[in-house]
Amino acid sequence: MGKYHGNATTVLKPKTTQEVSDIVKWCHEKRIGIVPQGGNTGLVGGSVPVQDEVIISLANMSQVRSFDPISGILIADAGCILQSLTDYIAPHHHVMPIDLGAKGSCQIGGNVATNAGGLRLLRYGSLHGSVLGLEVVLPDGTILDQLTSLRKDNTGYDLKQLFIGAEGTLGIITGVSILTPPSPQASNNVIFALPHFDNVLPLYQSVKRQLSEILSAFEFIDRTAYDLAVKHGQGRALSDEDVEGAQCFVLVETSGGRREHDEEKLTTLLETLLEADKPLINTGVLAQSPAQFSSLWALREGVTEAVSKEGKAYKYDISVPLSTFKECVDVTREHLRSKGLMREDAVKHVVGYGHVGDGNLHLNVVADTYSSEIQDALEPFIYELVASHRGSVSAEHGIGAMKTHALHYSKSAVSITWMKKIKELFDPRGIMNPGKVLE
Amino acid sequence: MHPSAARLLNILIPVKRAVDYAVKIRVNPQQTGVDLNVKHSMNPFDEIAVEEAIRIRERLKETVKSIKAVTIGPPKSIDTLRTALAMGADSAIHVEIPESAPSPEPLGVAKTLRAIIERQKEAGGVDLVILGKQAIDDDSGQTGQMLAGLLGWGQATYASKVDIDAEGKIATVLREIDGGSEELKCRLPLVITTDLRLNEPRYASLPNIMKAKKKPVEKLKAEDLGVDLTPILETVKVAEPPKRIGGGKVESVDELVTKLKEAGFTAV
Ligand SMILES: Cc1cc2nc3c(=O)[nH]c(=O)nc-3n(C[C@H](O)[C@H](O)[C@H](O)COP(=O)(O)OP(=O)(O)OC[C@H]3O[C@@H](n4cnc5c(N)ncnc54)[C@H](O)[C@@H]3O)c2cc1C
Repeated sequence: MGKYHGNATTVLKPKTTQEVSDIVKWCHEKRIGIVPQGGNTGLVGGSVPVQDEVIISLANMSQVRSFDPISGILIADAGCILQSLTDYIAPHHHVMPIDLGAKGSCQIGGNVATNAGGLRLLRYGSLHGSVLGLEVVLPDGTILDQLTSLRKDNTGYDLKQLFIGAEGTLGIITGVSILTPPSPQASNNVIFALPHFDNVLPLYQSVKRQLSEILSAFEFIDRTAYDLAVKHGQGRALSDEDVEGAQCFVLVETSGGRREHDEEKLTTLLETLLEADKPLINTGVLAQSPAQFSSLWALREGVTEAVSKEGKAYKYDISVPLSTFKECVDVTREHLRSKGLMREDAVKHVVGYGHVGDGNLHLNVVADTYSSEIQDALEPFIYELVASHRGSVSAEHGIGAMKTHALHYSKSAVSITWMKKIKELFDPRGIMNPGKVLE
Repeated sequence: MHPSAARLLNILIPVKRAVDYAVKIRVNPQQTGVDLNVKHSMNPFDEIAVEEAIRIRERLKETVKSIKAVTIGPPKSIDTLRTALAMGADSAIHVEIPESAPSPEPLGVAKTLRAIIERQKEAGGVDLVILGKQAIDDDSGQTGQMLAGLLGWGQATYASKVDIDAEGKIATVLREIDGGSEELKCRLPLVITTDLRLNEPRYASLPNIMKAKKKPVEKLKAEDLGVDLTPILETVKVAEPPKRIGGGKVESVDELVTKLKEAGFTAV
C-alpha cells in the first residue's frame, strides 16, 4: 500500500517450526519485538514493524504436509500461498473455503491470522468454522501443537480460536489444518438492475429462499460504483437500456453439483422475478458463457481498482445491518456536502458496494487528493455512524496498526479489558507484533 | 411507397457449440481428441456473427425480415441456439446429430447449410449468411468459403465492418488483411465470415432470455436434408505440445556465455 514503512533491519525466514521456536525463544529472552509476516497483503498495516522489530517471514515454510481426499482435510505450512493450495487440491476436486483478490500472494497463515473473509464466506462460512487445528509458536517460544483434524472435539477451551483473527499478536502460526469442501461442478451468475435500494432486501429474501443451497454469492454495487467500474474498463458494461433507471445492482452467483438442477432453479427464480406484479428488478443479465461469467464478476471485483484509478480513496470496510447500507452511504455524502467538501477538487464520489450476504459494506470516499480536512470530516464521523448501528468498524480487514484507535467504537470497555488480559497472559513481555490491534 | 418483397432481407446465422475458450484443454488418454466433458458455449466468432445480424436489423429496421440461427450438433447444442435467440434471432433450426456421433467436418456442415438455404426458398430465400471465420475448437476456418463455393455466391471473409444497402442489394465489407484492411463491394446474396474486431457482442438480457424460450426451434436430421455427415478425414493422433522446461539462473556472464555455447549458440 505504501502507507506504512517499517524500520526493521532484519528479516528472518525460518524453514521449520523448530527454527521459528528457537528464534522466538531468543527474542523472548532478549525482549526483542517480532512482527510475523505472511504475504504482506494485509490492508491495515499489521505486517509492518512500527519500530525496529525483527520480521519473521513464513515464506520459506511452504510445504503441504498432508491432504486427505476423502475428508477434504488439508494440513499445510502457514507460508503456503493461497493460490498454490487451491491448485494443489483442484485435481482432487476440492476447493479452498476462502477466496480473495490477493490469492496470488497471501498465505494461509496470514489468512488465518486476519480471519480473512472474502468471496466464499456466504457459502462456506468463516475460518472460525473451517480451520480444524493450528500449530502455533507462542511468544516464549513454546510450540503449541493443536494440529488435529477432528471435526468434533469438545474437550475444554478451544484455544486455536484465539489465534484466528489475532493478527499475529498472540503467537506465530506455523501450521494450519483446514477443511476443504468439494468443488462445485457447475456455476452460474446473474446481475440484476434494481430500480431502488429498498428492493435489495426483499430480493435477497426471495433469492435465498428459491436458490437455497446453491446460492454462493450475493453482492451489492451501487450505481456510482457500477459507473466507475464501467468507466475504468472493469468488465463489459450492460446495455444502456438495461441500466436505465437502475439505482443499484446485485450480483448473484450459484455453485452446485449439477448444471441442469441449478439452471432449473435459476430459471424458476428469474421467471418469478420478471413476472411478479410488482417486480423487484428492472432487468438483468444471465451469463451465457464462462467469459461472460468472468465479465460480470469483473464489474463487482473491479470496483476496488476503479476507485483507485478515479482518485485517492478513503476506504471503510464496515459491518452494518443490511437495511442501512444505502443510508450509511447517503448520510456520509450529505455530511461531506454540509462541510462543503463535495466538489471536483475535494471529494468526487461516495460509493458503496460489498457482500450483502455477510452484512459487509465497503464504503469508499473518492477524493482528488488526500487531505486532513477530508480525513477529519470522515473520522470519527463514520466510526460513530457505525457504532450507532452497533456495527463493526472493521468487518474483514482487521485492526492492524491502522485502526487501534477505533477499536472502542466496536468493542466495549469490558471487552477491551479482557482482550488486554489475554494478550498479557500470552505475551507478558509484549514482544509479539507490538502496537497492533490493542493500543 | 410499396416496399416490394424483393427488398426484404433474410439473414441466416450458423452457430456452433464449442468448448469455451476459457477452459484449459486436455487431450484424452486414448489420444483421439480432447476431453469434452467441460464447459461449452457459443463459438466466440459466431457470437460476433449473431451480434452483427442484430445490429444490421437495428440499423435497417423492418427491412430485415428474418434472422434465423442454425446449428448442427448434439442435443446440448440447443443451448447455443437459445443464446442466439436470447440475443435477438427470431427463430432457429437444430440439425440434431447423436451425442456419440463424430463432430461434423466443414464440408459436411457447408452441405447441410446449403440444403437448409435451398429449403428456405419458399420462405423468401436467404440473402445473407453471417458466420464465424473459424470455430475455436477445430480451427478449420473453411466452412464459410466452402458454403460460398457450393452455392456459387460471393464471399467476404474476415470482416471487420459491414454495411448493407438493402435497396441496391449491395454489401460493403471491410476485411482484415496483412498490414491493413481491404474494402469489398459485394452483391447479395453473400456469405460473410466475421473477425474479432467486427463488434462486441451484447449480453442476453433476462426478459430476452425468457422470450427466447418461446421462440420456435425446428428440429431436423441430416437425412431430412439429404446430406451425409460421415467424416472423410481420419484423425491419426492428438497429442499435447511438449511441456515447457523452466529456465535456470546463472551466477555470472561467463557462465551464461559458456551455457549458450554448450547449447550451440555462437556469436554472429
Ligand atoms: C487485493 C486484495 C484483496 C483483498 N480481499 C480481501 C477480502 O476479500 N477479504 C478479506 O478478509 N481480506 C481481504 N484482503 C486483506 C487480507 O486480510 C489479506 O490479503 C490476507 O488475509 C493477509 O494474508 P497475508 O499472508 O498477506 O498476511 P500479511 O499481510 O503478511 O499479514 C497480515 C497480518 O497477519 C499477521 N500474520 C501473517 N502471517 C502470520 C502467521 N503465520 N502467524 C501469525 N500472524 C501472521 C501479520 O502480522 C499481520 O498482522 C485483501 C487484500 C488485498 C491486497
